[in-house]
Amino acid sequence: MAVVRVLERLGHTVEFPPAQTCCGQMHYNTGYQAEALPLVRRFVEVFRDSEVVCVPSSSCVAMIREHYAKIAAESGDAALAAEVAALLPRVYEFTELLVHRLGVEDVGAVFPHRVTYHASCHSLRSLHLGDLPMRLLSRVRGIEMVPLERIDQCCGFGGTFAIKNADVSGAMLEEKLEYLKKTQAEICTACDNSCLMHLQGALHRQGAAMRTRHIAEILAGDDAPSPKESRGSR
Amino acid sequence: MGTPLYRESLDFPTAALPLLKNEQLRGNVRHATNVIQEKRSHVVGEMPDWQLLRDAGQSIRAHTLAYLDTYLEQFEQRCTAAGGHVHWARDAAEANRIVAQLAQNATNRVIKIKSMTTEELGLNRALEAAGIQPVETDLAELIVQLGHDWPSHIIAPALHINRHQVRELFARTMNLPELGDRPEDLTEAARQYLRQRFLNTPVAISGANFLIAETGGVCIVESEGNGRMCLTLPHTLISIAGIDKVLPRFRDLEVMLQLLPRSATGERMNPYNSMWTGVHPGDGPQEFHVVLLDNRRTEVLRDAEARETLQCIRCGACLNTCPVYRQTGGHAYNSVYSGPIGAILTPQLASMKSGQSLPYASSLCGACYEVCPVKINIPEVLIHLRGRIVAEKARSIHALNPEAIAMRAMQWIFLSSTRLKTAQKLGRIAQRPFIRASGWIEWLPGILGGWTRKRDLRPLPPQSFREWFEKRAAGSGGGPHE
Repeated sequence: MAVVRVLERLGHTVEFPPAQTCCGQMHYNTGYQAEALPLVRRFVEVFRDSEVVCVPSSSCVAMIREHYAKIAAESGDAALAAEVAALLPRVYEFTELLVHRLGVEDVGAVFPHRVTYHASCHSLRSLHLGDLPMRLLSRVRGIEMVPLERIDQCCGFGGTFAIKNADVSGAMLEEKLEYLKKTQAEICTACDNSCLMHLQGALHRQGAAMRTRHIAEILAGDDAPSPKESRGSR
Repeated sequence: MGTPLYRESLDFPTAALPLLKNEQLRGNVRHATNVIQEKRSHVVGEMPDWQLLRDAGQSIRAHTLAYLDTYLEQFEQRCTAAGGHVHWARDAAEANRIVAQLAQNATNRVIKIKSMTTEELGLNRALEAAGIQPVETDLAELIVQLGHDWPSHIIAPALHINRHQVRELFARTMNLPELGDRPEDLTEAARQYLRQRFLNTPVAISGANFLIAETGGVCIVESEGNGRMCLTLPHTLISIAGIDKVLPRFRDLEVMLQLLPRSATGERMNPYNSMWTGVHPGDGPQEFHVVLLDNRRTEVLRDAEARETLQCIRCGACLNTCPVYRQTGGHAYNSVYSGPIGAILTPQLASMKSGQSLPYASSLCGACYEVCPVKINIPEVLIHLRGRIVAEKARSIHALNPEAIAMRAMQWIFLSSTRLKTAQKLGRIAQRPFIRASGWIEWLPGILGGWTRKRDLRPLPPQSFREWFEKRAAGSGGGPHE
């Protein structure tokens, strides 16, 4: 919803093709690559006519960018491969869309809170977003950004990793929380709801006051954090 | 016990459990990896051409693997011409037999340079069985050997031990009750222990960092100088190298000897860089053998999507940066090759028959790929190996694999937005008994219980984004539903 609000405020029309479901990352990364193919086909069919596809999750974009062409090629379906090639340049992660495609850094948001930014693995090492999120966040009125120690270290989510290796994932999460707590921020933000769900789950378990918000929720100028909100924007 | 390469049948999550509870070990691992990471990032940061060097390293290694047969034969020919003897070993048993026989001719004791390849072979046990006592001369390997321990890091095998623990071990095994625990006390004790053995032992065994096809030479880099002693003092030198260790030309070292030390120990150059070619009368070992080891490396080479695994130059940078390794240390991997590279190398060297949990011992965060000096795309290889494991299980276990059933069910749901909507509705009903007074889910049964050991879960919201958007489009929704 926050993504819709930001884009509409900037004067764009947002469509949500109701047939869309999932990019197939969970299947592909867990080793069920054959099962991912029909989901790739579906994604391409649903979005083939869109001018721009905005995906507010770095890891989904990484799946699409890093694997769709390979999956299509391996399927032996030349038409699918051609469609993927045509669609890929139009797929943007949310902050990429704002800065690179729309040329906006100041989205007119107000968010008077102390915020720290967690650079999710895919945003950092797959999409190479670099300082895009920070450029957007630093233009938000009233925001106080606090640097996060070991900002580039994984929070331990990793999709099915958090289930298959729950204890190691939990240990990684605890280390991340150490650094988060040191910032004394009210809000932790990121470009991935999956990391934030993971972090928020542990913050809540430990009774910490810090809350998580997807970057779009901050850029929507959505004030007054409350634990019942921040449900993300798919 | 399993094979020497892969120790036992405990899978990674199970083997990790006691390690996660060992605060001393985790503290040691975190401290050591932090120190090496900091040093590495300093000496890498000062190199303006680091990314170009990585590209060059990758090209050299990939090219070598593509023409491996040519370069290995060239190495054999040039090494033999220079007075060395080259042996080919198909597997661990054959390599151990060759080495034991060569050593038996001369001695009942050998000195050894740190070598993960000989760890992979279980060479020490094979030598002991043949009546030969192996003496490790690398400080960390000596610590592992005296403690009947297991290496936990490919560069720093005793990384999981701190100096106070080393002091206890040395005091006990070297009978030095008064020993202090300063680094210089410990190295002095090791020096005293090793010096006589260096002087009295006629056979040394080493691994190899690089074999040079062009010259038939071998290269070893190290920090302590014990390797240099082993390479120069004994009469006979036996070097064991995986067939993946070859480089085409001497000048390729220009790239590798920049990439390796900066990535491995955070040094601009290794303190000791030894290179030798064959035998020189009156200077150094007078008998020189190289054992070229396959041990399923050709099988790895056969898989086009995983063969880049063999580009590895064993720097260990991926271990130090890996957030999984940093929590557990190396022993959770149950292999001499731990960390991200171990997670892809071990199962392949075991023909994917064991170590199947290892490709899943990663959150796919990509930190390993970022630091790899020869640009092995470890996350991609991990995903590829997961695919091989799933395909293998589908063939052998058939229908009764709960994970495969769940994955197929999820796919069935994702292939229809109506089904997804229904699933979300059903999920809202199914979650009701688990929602606590706090409004959160704090406990879940079965396999999902792993999540709720350390984390709560926010329930599905009363209205999904999809429903909100549809209602709004129909003009009845208004603003976001909170």
